Amino acid sequence: MLSVENLAKTYDSGDEALKGVSMEVSGNELVAIIGPSGAGKSTFIRCINQLTTPTAGSVLLDDVELTELSTGKLRDERRNMGMIFQEYGLVDRLTVMENVLSGRLGYVSMWNAFRRNFPADDVRHARATLDRVGLGGMEDKRADELSGGQRQRVGIARAVVQRPKILLVDEPTSSLDPESSRAVMDLLTEIAREDDIPVLINIHEVELALEYADRVVGFADGRIVFEGAPDEVDEDVRDTIYRGGTEGSLEAEPEPATESDDERPATPTER
Amino acid sequence: MSGELADSEFASYDGEWERPTVFYNTAVKYLVYAVVLVFLVWNVVNVWVPIDRLLRGFGSAWLLVTSMFPPDFGVSIVVTPVQVGGYNVFVPSALAVDNDALRLWSGMIETLAMSIVATAIGVVISVPIAVMAAENLVPRPVYVVGRAIVSVSRALHELVIGIIVVVGFGFGALAGVIALVFATPGFLAKLLAEDLEDIDPTQMDAIRSTGASPIQVLLYGVAPQVMPRLIGLSIYRWDINIRAATILGVVGAGGIGNVLIRSFDRYDYQYSMAIILSIIAVVIVGEVASAVARRRVQ
Amino acid sequence: MATESIETAGEWDRFDRRERLLRYVALLGTVLLTYVSWQALNVRYSYLVTAPEMTLNLFRRMYPPDATYAPEIVAPMIATINIAVVGTILAIVMAIPVAYLGARNTTPNRYTYGLGKFLIVASRSVHVIIWAIVFVIVFGTGTLAGILAVAFRSVGFLAKLISEEIEEIDRTAVEAVEATGANGLKTMLYGIVPQVKPAFIGLSVYRWDINVREATIIGFVGAGGIGMELQTRIDFFDWSGVLTILLAILVVVIFSELLSAWVRGKVR
Ligand SMILES: Nc1ncnc2c1ncn2[C@@H]1O[C@H](COP(=O)(O)OP(=O)(O)OP(=O)(O)O)[C@@H](O)[C@H]1O
Ligand SMILES: [Mg+2]
Repeated sequence: MLSVENLAKTYDSGDEALKGVSMEVSGNELVAIIGPSGAGKSTFIRCINQLTTPTAGSVLLDDVELTELSTGKLRDERRNMGMIFQEYGLVDRLTVMENVLSGRLGYVSMWNAFRRNFPADDVRHARATLDRVGLGGMEDKRADELSGGQRQRVGIARAVVQRPKILLVDEPTSSLDPESSRAVMDLLTEIAREDDIPVLINIHEVELALEYADRVVGFADGRIVFEGAPDEVDEDVRDTIYRGGTEGSLEAEPEPATESDDERPATPTER
Repeated sequence: MSGELADSEFASYDGEWERPTVFYNTAVKYLVYAVVLVFLVWNVVNVWVPIDRLLRGFGSAWLLVTSMFPPDFGVSIVVTPVQVGGYNVFVPSALAVDNDALRLWSGMIETLAMSIVATAIGVVISVPIAVMAAENLVPRPVYVVGRAIVSVSRALHELVIGIIVVVGFGFGALAGVIALVFATPGFLAKLLAEDLEDIDPTQMDAIRSTGASPIQVLLYGVAPQVMPRLIGLSIYRWDINIRAATILGVVGAGGIGNVLIRSFDRYDYQYSMAIILSIIAVVIVGEVASAVARRRVQ
Repeated sequence: MATESIETAGEWDRFDRRERLLRYVALLGTVLLTYVSWQALNVRYSYLVTAPEMTLNLFRRMYPPDATYAPEIVAPMIATINIAVVGTILAIVMAIPVAYLGARNTTPNRYTYGLGKFLIVASRSVHVIIWAIVFVIVFGTGTLAGILAVAFRSVGFLAKLISEEIEEIDRTAVEAVEATGANGLKTMLYGIVPQVKPAFIGLSVYRWDINVREATIIGFVGAGGIGMELQTRIDFFDWSGVLTILLAILVVVIFSELLSAWVRGKVR
């Protein structure tokens, strides 16, 4: 179970990206974080596995406080969190198999890592996972020979072979066409169910979020402004998330512009 | 549903995986690695220099560096005393230029002149060689000769040609020009030939279909397509020729290099440093000017 | 509409004319500059008249190459290759930290960045011959001076291109490896090394190939290799021996070039 308490992040530049965010994620639920550009969604995800160091607050993963760990301990805990990136985060010149196996780097010795010598179980698991994401037989291809959708599935496979306690996913579909986007979302849902782990997803496309998520969290200006089931997300909620005081981000957010905003009063209501 | 795939579910998968290699197989790969390693070690062993010689060298290196500073350009400021309220105040009144400065100056002028003349002649002879070395424009035997000229021109360093011409013929700056002209096709004809091989054949055919002679085809069907590139390459080559011209004098082939090597022979290291700094300045200015000019052309 | 198109056509014409004028001026300037330079060189015209005959004469004295002399140049030729190889290795060792300083995304601060850039420019703008003269003064005549000259000359070239490669590293990929719980060394091994390795090998081999050529000339100032032998032959007016050496250089240099091109084609 992931439990975040009053998480805050102020960048060196002075940007207050997170202003005290609390949230719990558990079981095998798929939680979608939506919100306008610059709301702090990526910062939030990255503060969980400490790729970005939060300024204040706490992050508990199965009762282990992540914000105060030594580098060594933090590395051990990172093995329990799989992360999936918008730009895939694959190493282009490595093969698909090496990219997937790099999910096990936290468990092998330096020398074996150097020789690409992973335990047979890891290799089997990697092959099985590639099969599962629909890339069986592609082990020896180089990552840069794949299409965007295939690359993202390699990224997912890398996270899955970690056997993580949670998946952290930052905009998995932003670089993909609609069809590949749905395939990726289907896959993430399936993993949550079958591997019985929670999945926390940042996502731009509200419609995709509503379709796949068990729970939706709305971010605006570094704060949570909505939390609830997908069917609770109505026009009011959209107004709150996308227009609640952050006019500056309006141009950057195309989706709400399609709705008729004159019919409803733009009242930022707290839930 | 509990947990991930049960072990039995993927027991059927192969637990072995080996990174594919650009070599035929891993044995060949390690053999190649071993050969490369042995080759490198053999090289190092061959030139193994006793450490004490290196260490002794460091001492004299420091001595050399300190005796090079401050650089002496042969230009000094003359100060004259002026009476101001009963005190002697020294005021700079003139620049004194001695022979060293004049030699530096004329050496640099000669260097630039060499580079300009050599580039002009070099471009003129490189163009026909480039045509010869373009596979799509000439018959096979001519192509082979063209490529051979390019290869020889590339392989022999301009300094090698310079030293032979200096001793064989005995002239200074002209030897430098000949050396630079010799080296120019290796660069210019090679790159121009690659461009000629990429030209659009339909334009050539259009001219040819009017009954034009091969020379006319080259002039009207080919030349317009590669002209900007030729100009760009020529400017680039001029930049390279400036660099080369600064050191040809070391073997007696004219230019500032001559002045430099003599300063070293006289142990006049402060002057040497001044010359080296002047060379660097000229080379950098040439590089920047050439880059700007090439951008203007394109 | 019609008047507009006529006007633009006129404008285009004028532009074209100005362009053409500019071209003629540039051409004229180049010709003039070349003429002035030629005058400045003070070439005696008698040289030009006798040059073709002298060239022919020299070739006659060179040909045929002296085959019996060939075994004697094996050792200096090997020394030339040794200088190129060891010089390149040394250059790589020195170039890695310089590249680290000279890459915007790895350099610790502004001053180290400036230092890195300075070292790169300093190494690149001093010709190998000048480096060789300096190292011969310091270490005496011989191979050591040659190796150091080649190495110091190559550092800037390698560091510049490697630092550009480092600046182009995909940061997300490195972060992704880090996010799996890999330590610094493993992150480097899986995230950074694969991204820079092909360019690194390609550049090293390319520089080695250039260095073989450079190693043939540093002997003129006493820094070892075939150049010293060539100088001796020339001083003795042993022209057929000179031709033998030139042919040997030709073979070795062209072979290195082919090998280097082949290796660079293999790594990607
Ligand atoms: N590395 C950084 N340094 C400084 N400021 C940053 C950094 N990363 C993000 N920010 C700032 O923090 C705020 C939140 O950024 P973040 O990337 O978390 O938003 P986001 O919700 O993920 O937006 P998007 O939907 O565009 O990805 C923004 O104002 C951004 O400018
Ligand atoms: Mg984001």
